[in-house]
Amino acid sequence: MFDNAYFNLGYLDTLSYRDTVIHRLDPRTKLLATLAFIVTTVSFPKHEIAGLLPFLLFPVLIFSFSDVPVKFILKKVLLVSSFAVFIGIFNPLLDRQIITSFFGLSVSGGWVSFFSIMLKFVLTITSALLLIATTSFPGVCHALQKMGMPEIFVSQLLFLYRYIFVLAEESMKIVRARDMRSFGGKGLGIKPAINLFGTLFLHTVERAERIYQAMLSRGFTGRLNTSRTYCFTIADALFAGLTIIFLYFFRMHDVVGIIGRVSMRMLG
Amino acid sequence: MHMADALLSPAVGATFWAGALGTIAYCSKKLKENLDEKLIPLMGVLGAFIFAAQMINFTIPATGSSGHLGGGLILAIVLGPHAAFLVMASVLTVQALFFADGGLLALGCNIWNLGIYPCFIAYPFIYRPLVKTGSSSGRIAMASAISGVVGLQLGSFSVVMQTLLSGRSELPFSAFLLLMLPVHLAIGLVEGFVTAGVINFIRSARPEILETAFSARPLPAGIPIKKVLAGLLIATVVIGGALSWFASDNPDGLEWSIEKIMGRQELPDAERGAASALKSIQEKTALLPDYNFRKSDEQTNRSAESGPASHYGKSVSGIAGAGLVLVAVLLIGLLIRTVRRQSS
Repeated sequence: MFDNAYFNLGYLDTLSYRDTVIHRLDPRTKLLATLAFIVTTVSFPKHEIAGLLPFLLFPVLIFSFSDVPVKFILKKVLLVSSFAVFIGIFNPLLDRQIITSFFGLSVSGGWVSFFSIMLKFVLTITSALLLIATTSFPGVCHALQKMGMPEIFVSQLLFLYRYIFVLAEESMKIVRARDMRSFGGKGLGIKPAINLFGTLFLHTVERAERIYQAMLSRGFTGRLNTSRTYCFTIADALFAGLTIIFLYFFRMHDVVGIIGRVSMRMLG
Repeated sequence: MHMADALLSPAVGATFWAGALGTIAYCSKKLKENLDEKLIPLMGVLGAFIFAAQMINFTIPATGSSGHLGGGLILAIVLGPHAAFLVMASVLTVQALFFADGGLLALGCNIWNLGIYPCFIAYPFIYRPLVKTGSSSGRIAMASAISGVVGLQLGSFSVVMQTLLSGRSELPFSAFLLLMLPVHLAIGLVEGFVTAGVINFIRSARPEILETAFSARPLPAGIPIKKVLAGLLIATVVIGGALSWFASDNPDGLEWSIEKIMGRQELPDAERGAASALKSIQEKTALLPDYNFRKSDEQTNRSAESGPASHYGKSVSGIAGAGLVLVAVLLIGLLIRTVRRQSS
């Protein structure tokens, strides 16, 4: 499981350095578009399902233009769905008011709102993961900095990210060593774990001291500078414009209803 | 207890985003005023430490389940509340983006729930007054356990408030609290004891790390008490307002909700409007109470509103539309993929 978490982090990072239309967009554009998408999705009322379906277009388009493996992202979405399911699953038990019916089968408000929650969950989580898979974490950090996030917080994010991989490898070694020595489940309790945390903590602090010395010898003055510059291009304007227009359209108009009525009429 | 986007309404999400951003700005300003530039790499690497430490799972005695460290309290003890809050916020940001723990809109809530309470309530008001420089390890353990419990109880209480204010869940206030608080009582205790263990370990191996944290950053004195009080006041008003709202919604809260959750059906039929139409057979099968076939008396009720024929037509066109939209979206995706594959 540890190896798995580490692998996921590394793989998502690797994905973000590909070169596609979506990857080349300005991180700020993608960040704002993703936020707008999430807020619009979440703003739908409790009992909405049909209105959410057209929103699938956004992740599908990003998936297809950026060549991010669909299976990998969906697996991650499934893995973390527990909290939303845990809270949402009570809806069908508590809200039994029948609000709609399919072919004579009555459906209560609880089931409708549960599916609405799950649909929203898939949409929001997928779009957040896609943001990282197409932007890279340093890209998002720089976008945040440009948008006025305090400098200390941004350098904190960059540092944290830089050293996650280093320390994760270290703790993986520790965990493996412990697993190999813990016959019959011995040594897996809290007390040995505390000693491991303590050791890891001391290693971490010592490493931070070494990093600080290294930074000082390279002329660190308390500021982290970046050399990379981004600029807002026509592609960005197009992407942002289209996203906003479609979000507005899908939120304000009953697209599914219109398509359904038109298709029924065409069938006679 | 990472909040999820899907359970939030935009208003609640945005409110807590504003709160989290305000606190980030405030902490950054505080740290900049007396910037010890040594702190920047230390904070960054300690954030990574939290991730690494969360990989070390341990079994919790007598339960057989396993847990891992949260970390907010350790950070507050070692770094002081301001730096610790920024580290927690950055850890949660990475978790939201990479592990999909929570979501982007819910990030504000998560920073609030897991950052504010350990750093600005549990640490300065419980841990610091109890632990002095020369305190015994038993005292540290006690202070950490209480701080851990209080931090997590407040956090899980906020999760309940945020969910209920968003109105996406049907869970009544009291039932939701009964689900969340006991679980997080246990988690908070474990968190507290693990924190105490780590702090005692550090104290015996490298005591100067804690000493400098205590002497160089006497931060509790630096927290303007007025701001804390103002924050608590706002929280009280919000909670009070919300409480009265839910109280009026479910007048007989606790018993009613337990019965509902357990799926027992000892309620009078008239209590839930159209649900009273459910037949006794369906009431016994609490897991699937909703796919009941419509009864004739209900049908007559419905026909008074819209007529069965129009109702039927509407749902068919709705399903047809939904199906068409889904197929269209998937086809668009597939089409772009194949075109891209062929052109490259």
